[in-house]
Amino acid sequence: MKVLANWSVRIGGAALLVLVLVAAAAPWLGTVDPTLFDAASRDLRPGEAGEVTTLEGETIRHVFLMGSDSFGRDIYSRVLYGARVSLVVGISAALVALFFGVLLGLAAGYVRALDGPLMRVMDGIMAIPAILIAIALVALWRATLPTVIFAIAIPEIPRVARLVRALALSIREEPYVEAAVALGTPAARIMFSHILPNCVAPLLVQATYTCAFAILLEAILSFLGVGLSPDIPTWGNIMAEGRVQFVAYPHNVFFPGVFLAVTVLAVNILGDGLRDTLDPKMAKRV
Amino acid sequence: MYNFILKRLLSTIPVLLVVAVLVFSLLRLTPGDPAAIMAGDAANAEQIERIRAGLGLDQPIVLQFGIWLGRVVKGDLGESFYFRIGVAELIRQRLEPTFALAALTILMAVLVAVPLGVAAAWRFGGWFDRALMGFSVMGFSVPVFVLAYLLIWLVSLKLGWLPVQGYRRLADGFLPFIRHLILPAITLSVIYIALIARVTRASVLEALGEDYIRTARAKGLPEMRVLVRHALANAAVPIATVIGIGVAILIGGVVVTESVYAIPGLGRLTVDAVLARDFPTIQGVILFFSCVYVLVNLLIDVSYVFLDPRIRY
Amino acid sequence: MSTLRIQDLTVRLPPGGDRADAVSKVSFSVEKQEILCLVGESGSGKSVIAQAVMGLLPNTLPVASGKIFLEEEELTRASERRLRGLRGAHMAMVFQEPMTALNPVMRCAAQIDEVLREHTGLAPAARRARTLEIIREVALPDPERMLESYPHQLSGGQRQRIMIAMALVLEPALLIADEPTTALDVTTQAQILKLIVELQRRHGMGVLFITHDFGVVAEIAHRVAVLREGRLAELGAKLDVLLRPRDEYTRMLIKAVPTLQPHARDADASAPLVLQTTRLSKTYRGSGWLSRKRVVEAASEVSIEVRKGQTLGIVGESGSGKSTLARCIVRLIEPSGGEIRLGGVDLARLPPRALRPLRRRVQIVFQDPYRSLNPRRTVGEALIEGPVNYGVPRAAALERASRLMELVRMDPGALGRYPHQFSGGQRQRICIARALALDPELLVADEAVSALDVSVQAQVLALLDEVRLRFALAMLFITHDLRVAARVCDHVAVMQRGRIVECGPVREIFREPRHEYTRALFAAAPGRDFAFGG
Repeated sequence: MKVLANWSVRIGGAALLVLVLVAAAAPWLGTVDPTLFDAASRDLRPGEAGEVTTLEGETIRHVFLMGSDSFGRDIYSRVLYGARVSLVVGISAALVALFFGVLLGLAAGYVRALDGPLMRVMDGIMAIPAILIAIALVALWRATLPTVIFAIAIPEIPRVARLVRALALSIREEPYVEAAVALGTPAARIMFSHILPNCVAPLLVQATYTCAFAILLEAILSFLGVGLSPDIPTWGNIMAEGRVQFVAYPHNVFFPGVFLAVTVLAVNILGDGLRDTLDPKMAKRV
Repeated sequence: MYNFILKRLLSTIPVLLVVAVLVFSLLRLTPGDPAAIMAGDAANAEQIERIRAGLGLDQPIVLQFGIWLGRVVKGDLGESFYFRIGVAELIRQRLEPTFALAALTILMAVLVAVPLGVAAAWRFGGWFDRALMGFSVMGFSVPVFVLAYLLIWLVSLKLGWLPVQGYRRLADGFLPFIRHLILPAITLSVIYIALIARVTRASVLEALGEDYIRTARAKGLPEMRVLVRHALANAAVPIATVIGIGVAILIGGVVVTESVYAIPGLGRLTVDAVLARDFPTIQGVILFFSCVYVLVNLLIDVSYVFLDPRIRY
Repeated sequence: MSTLRIQDLTVRLPPGGDRADAVSKVSFSVEKQEILCLVGESGSGKSVIAQAVMGLLPNTLPVASGKIFLEEEELTRASERRLRGLRGAHMAMVFQEPMTALNPVMRCAAQIDEVLREHTGLAPAARRARTLEIIREVALPDPERMLESYPHQLSGGQRQRIMIAMALVLEPALLIADEPTTALDVTTQAQILKLIVELQRRHGMGVLFITHDFGVVAEIAHRVAVLREGRLAELGAKLDVLLRPRDEYTRMLIKAVPTLQPHARDADASAPLVLQTTRLSKTYRGSGWLSRKRVVEAASEVSIEVRKGQTLGIVGESGSGKSTLARCIVRLIEPSGGEIRLGGVDLARLPPRALRPLRRRVQIVFQDPYRSLNPRRTVGEALIEGPVNYGVPRAAALERASRLMELVRMDPGALGRYPHQFSGGQRQRICIARALALDPELLVADEAVSALDVSVQAQVLALLDEVRLRFALAMLFITHDLRVAARVCDHVAVMQRGRIVECGPVREIFREPRHEYTRALFAAAPGRDFAFGG
C-alpha cells in the first residue's frame, strides 16, 4: 500500500506504536506505583538512587531515572503511567468528535433544510476559543475522565462537521453521484456507497490532527490545574506540580514535557504523511 | 461592495446569538442550584437568595435569557463574587497586557511567517522547504507551556538576557515594557508562525501551479515579481483567513502564556476565575473573547473585498 | 532566415511514462509571415515543443539534445536572463484557457502594462497610450473601460483578446498559440481565428499554432506538421497534407474527422414516439434577501420529440441551455414548467416515489469520463448498481455486466478493476455499458465525446450508433460540434439562450439553415469548405 511507503507515516506511526506499547507495558518497565511518595526521596536529580515505601510498608531501593518531585514520587513512573491517560484521553476525544462530527456534517450536507441552523450553531461553538469551552465545561461538570474527554471533544466537533459537510456538498456535484441518481439509487444508499467512502481519507487525516489537539488540550487543562485531579498522573499534572520549583529542579517539567511534545509530534507527522498519500487536496485546508 | 459588508455584518448576529445562548446555558447546565454555584462555597442562605432574585431564576427561562442579554448588551456583565468588582471593570483592568501581548505576537508572526512560506513554496522540495515544514510541525506539537519553560530556561536563566516573568506597563517605560513582553510573544508566536507559514506555503504553491503564472513567466517577468505580484497576491485570501482563524489559537495560547510568565492579563484572569469557580467572570471573559474573535474575523472578511476584486457582491 | 527553427529536438520524460521521450528528434521551421499548424492528439508532445521554445520547460522535462533558433539566435544555449528578455518582446505565447490564464486580482490593462514596463523604458503616459492602442487593435469594445476592468468581468472571447494583446504589444517576431480557441464557443472561435490571421498579416509575424482540430488547420494554416507520440509524422503545405497525406497515421486522423456532410439516413417518420417534451422550461431565480432578484431562464418553452431508433441532436454553444434540458429530461433537476412525456407518461413533476420505476427508462452518459465513475468502486460494481436497485440478484446482474462489457468491446475480465486503470475512451465505454444495463428506451448523451481525442471520438460515436441500431434506442445527443451532429443525428434542434431556434431533419438543416443563428454557427465552423473523412 502506498500509504505505508511514505516516510512520515512510517516515522510517526512507529513512534506512536512504541508509545502505546510503552504505556501499555508501564507496570513492567521498571516502574513503581506512581502515587507512592517517600519524604526521604524528595527532589532527587535524574539518575539518583533513593528509597520508595510501598503500600505494604516495604522499603525498596529504586533508581529514579528521571528524578523525583517534591513529594518524593518517581517522575519516571509517573511519566509512563501518565502516557496511558494522555493517550486514552486523546484517542477517545478524537473518536467522540469524529462520531458526532460525521453525523452532523452528513446531515447538514445532504438535508438542505438542516444546513443553515446546524452551521450557525457550529459557527457559534467555533467562535468560542476551544480552550475556554473546555475549561468552562470542566469547571461545570467536575473533572472526571469521561467529562474531560467530552469537554475536549466538543470544541472539535464543529471542525469535523464542517469538513464532512464540505465534502458531502462537493461530492454531491460529481457526475458519478448524478449517475447513481439516474440509476435509481435511493438517497441513503448514495450516502453510504458513494459519499462516505470518498470521505474516509480526509476524515482519517483530520482524526489524527484532532487526536493531537486533544492530547495537547488535556495537558494544558491539567497544567492550569483545571483538568484531572492531581493524584491521577498526567503529563500536564506532573508539570503543574513541578512548575513551582522549575528554576531549581527543571527535570520535573522537562521529562513530561519532552514526552508530550514527542507524542504530539508523532501524531502530527503521521497525519501529515497520511494527508500526503491519501488526500493531497487537503494540503491547502489547514 | 457595501452590500457585501452589510451582509457580513448581519451574518455575525446569529453567531453572536448562539454564543450568547451557549454562555448563558453554561450555568444552567450544571447539576445543582445555579444561585448556590454562583454564590460560591462561602456564601450563606441570604446571599444565595439575593442572587436567586437577581438572576430571576423563578421566571421562565426565555425571559431570564432576555434579561441577561439586555444587561450584557448594555455592558453590564454582572459582578464577580471573588474579586468583588463588576466583571466589566475587571476585564477593563486586565485588558492592556493581553492586548499588548496579542498585538506584538500577531505582528511578529505575520512578518516572519509569510516570507518564510513564500520562500518555501518557491523552492518547493528543497532543503529550506523541508526545514520549514519540519519546524512548522514541531511548532504545532510542542505545547506552549513546554516551549515557554524551555525559552525561560535558556534565555533568562542560562543566558540572562531577558527577565523571567512579569509585566511592565507601557506607561512605565517602553524598554521594560518590551523586555518583559518579548519572550512571551516569541513563545506565543511560534505556533502562530507555524500555522501561517504552512498555509502561506500551501496557498502560494497552489497559486504557482495556476495558468496565470505560466502567462507571467511567458511575458519575461522577473521571478520576484511573479512570486509577489502574481502568486502571493492570489494567495492573500487564504492567508488572511488563517490569520483570522489563528486568533482562536492565539487566545488559547494567551491563557497558558500569561500563566507561565505571570502576566496579569485576561488569560490569567480566566484561570483564576475557573479555579475560584467564579461564574460571572468566566461568563464575562468567554463572552468578551468570543466577541473579539467574531469581530476580528469580520474585519478579515471585509478585507477580502480589497484583496480579491471578484468578491464584490 | 526562418523566424523559428527547431533542429532534432529531443525532450526526455521522467521514468515511468509510456515512452522515453516526450519529443523525439523533431525538426521543423516557421518562416516569416507564415502560420504553421502543429497538430496532434493529446499526449503527442505539442505543448512540450512550445514550452521548449519559450524555455519554460519544468526541470522534470529536460532538453536532451537538439537546437532551437529564434531568428538565428540559439535559444537552447541562451542564458535564463537572455531568455527572459526575449519572452514577451521577441517571442510571445497565447494559452488555451482564457478563464485561468489571466491573473484574477490584477487589472487587465496592468497586465499588458507589465510587459511594457519590463521590456521598454517608456514613461507611464506612453505605456498607457500603447496599451490603449493594442486594446483597440484586438477589437475589444469600449477600450477606455477595458483599461479599468478585471478579468472576471470579461467573457471568454474577450479575455482571449486581452491575452493576444499582451502577446502582441511589443510586436514579437514569433507568436506561439497553444490551442487558443479550444475552450471557446464555435462563434467566438471563428472571431479569434480571424483576429489572429489578420494580425499576423498586418505585423508579418511567424505563428506556431498548436491545435488538435483539423478544421482549424484547414481554415488558417499555410503549412502543417503532424505529431504522433513525440515524433514528427508528417510535414508539408496545408493542401498537400490534408488532401494527399503520405503518412498512415495522418491519413487515419483525417479520416476520423467527421465531415460536415450529414450521413444518408432515412428517418422513419412513423416510428413510435419515445420522448416528447411540450414547452419545457427551467427558470433559476437569484436567491438571498439582499441581492437583486436575477431571473435566468436556462431553458424556455422547449418542445422536442424523439422517435424509437432515431437520434435527435441538440446543438448549441455554452449557455444555450442544452445541458439544463438534458438534466431536466433525466430528472436530475426539476423543470419549472411544461411536460416531459416518456412513452405517454408525464415525468415533469412526478414525486420521487412515483418517479423511481420510470427512471430506468431514461439513462444518461456524461461528458467527463474522469468524473463519471466512483473512483473507489470497481467497474463491476458500477455496472450492477442499476439492476441491483431494481431487484435483480447480484449474480444475474454480474452476468449481464459481462455481456455488456463485451458489447462495448471491452474485456469482461476487467470487471474487477478500478476506473483509474482505464483510459478516457475506455471509461466512456464503461459509462455507456452502465447506461445500457437498465435497458432504457431513451439514452441521453450529454457532450459524451467532447472530451475525447478525435480518433477515440470516432470509435465511441461508431459504438453509439451500433448500440442504437441494435437496441432500437431513441437517443438525445447533446453537442456543440456540428460535425459530430452530422455524423450521428437524424434530426437536429438548434438552441440559443434557452430556446429552440430551428428544428428539422439533419440534411435539411445542414443544407439550408434558415434561422440566422444557425447560419452563423455554420459560417463559424472552421474548415467547413473541406470535405474530411468519415
